Amino acid sequence: MSFYASFGTVLLLLAVTAPLALGFGFGAAAGSRSHLVPVKWLSNLYMAIVRGVPDIAFFLFFVIALDQGLEWMRHQVLCSDWDQPIRQGNDFVVCAAAKLPQNSAPEVYHQIYGFALAVLTFAIVFGAFAGNVIAGAFKAVPHGQIETAEAYGMTKRQTFWRIMVPQMWTYALPGLSNLWMVLIKATPLLFLLGVEDVVYWAKELGGTKTARFTDYPHGDWRMYYFFGLLVFYLLFTKVSEVVLSRITRKLSHGQATAAGEAMRKAGAGA
Amino acid sequence: MSCSETIASYAFRSLGFGERRLPTTDITLCDQVTLIGSGMLWNIYFGLLAILLGFFSAQAIALAKASSNKAVRKPAEWFIFVFRGSPLFIQFFFGYFLFLSLKQAFPQFDNLTDAWLGAAIVLWLNTTAYSAEIFFGALMAVPKGDLESADAYGFSGWPRFRRIVWPTMLRLAWPAYTNEAIFIFHSTTLVFFSGFPALQQKGDALYYASYFADKTFNPFIPYPILAGYFVLVTLCIITVFGLIGKRLNRHLPQGRTKRPRLMSQIFR
Repeated sequence: MSFYASFGTVLLLLAVTAPLALGFGFGAAAGSRSHLVPVKWLSNLYMAIVRGVPDIAFFLFFVIALDQGLEWMRHQVLCSDWDQPIRQGNDFVVCAAAKLPQNSAPEVYHQIYGFALAVLTFAIVFGAFAGNVIAGAFKAVPHGQIETAEAYGMTKRQTFWRIMVPQMWTYALPGLSNLWMVLIKATPLLFLLGVEDVVYWAKELGGTKTARFTDYPHGDWRMYYFFGLLVFYLLFTKVSEVVLSRITRKLSHGQATAAGEAMRKAGAGA
Repeated sequence: MSCSETIASYAFRSLGFGERRLPTTDITLCDQVTLIGSGMLWNIYFGLLAILLGFFSAQAIALAKASSNKAVRKPAEWFIFVFRGSPLFIQFFFGYFLFLSLKQAFPQFDNLTDAWLGAAIVLWLNTTAYSAEIFFGALMAVPKGDLESADAYGFSGWPRFRRIVWPTMLRLAWPAYTNEAIFIFHSTTLVFFSGFPALQQKGDALYYASYFADKTFNPFIPYPILAGYFVLVTLCIITVFGLIGKRLNRHLPQGRTKRPRLMSQIFR
């Protein structure tokens, strides 16, 4: 039963991560166009570093780093009278009140906390990729549009929100749909972050079961379980592909791009 | 232990030479840099092998997908769909357990469950599928005028492909193919986390990095070291591929050799 529920975990991760990563990406892209130099550098640095290093290394890094960062902050606030160093040799020690989640908390909270860390990690990594796509899309908006906006007396802020942002999406969509596919294919990495996901259960349930421990003894079925997962992901990416191509069609409607022009001509001919 | 001694005993630890026991207490910066660098040997091995073999097989699959013969085209399309549509992580798991059952049925497949062979095969097939899609896209983007000129000059068959179609296809595909090379290199870090065992703790760079993060409870040292190594190798790939790309484009009028923009958005 947990095996089927874990498919829900995967879908939940996608549903929460996608908008969050889009938000991170939008922030980074907007930041890289900022007139404040530090903001600009920070955004560019964020995108460059995350893209240059294997994402799995980031997954492993951020989960520990975020956990320790949160506990360190709580430690500073909650236990100001603590006089021992936090890093004692090979250990990371904070006072009991700063532990996240509390040692006494029920198991569910530990799982939710682990899942939340995983979501945040995914969002940080994929936000950098999305940021790159969106930054490219901002550059692709025709310059004439910005000049026209200025000619109408719009401020920088108005130009950004009313002219750039609505038009940027059609240029960003091919890259973003590609990214969605990448995100789907990154979900099995949840397993490495300690979340009990499909991979965990496939390994667990597929392993050899002897008659002593279960009512349904079987040999090593892990190969078939993973074949099932393979098919699940194939179907998932196929369906996404069809849906995304529909959205692309919808968004290019009435845009000053080759695709939009082709649609206009097809409509005029009919 | 001084740093030079550490390098002497751990530089080839990932291949099974030198000191057997990994450092457990008093882990120094030098230990970490040396061992993670030693692990990089595996990443470079997997990456190079997959890129070199995949370069040829990908073009074969791309040509098969462009074929007008249905019996040739369909298998190529399915191959690309299966390997591009599913996560590499799951492919590693499935491949490992497939090889495991193969091994039990036929003892001559003994080596397949070892990372150096089994994981290399999975990586090779995976990069073949992704690069085939890139080369296929480039093949479809070869300008019509080039083909018509070739016909007018009396080119046909193999010489037409070898002298006209192939160089242009390569030139158009190159930026996207550079991306693919970088990504397959990054994917090599998945090998030892996906079923393939690191026998006697002979693992890759990420394996050692996570080992140190577990031991010292401090992720802020091993992972930046790992990142540094990867940025270095990524820069090498970009340089080498850039030189090749320059050579591919050398006949174009200099100054306005804008890099071809085809599919520069495609990554995975």
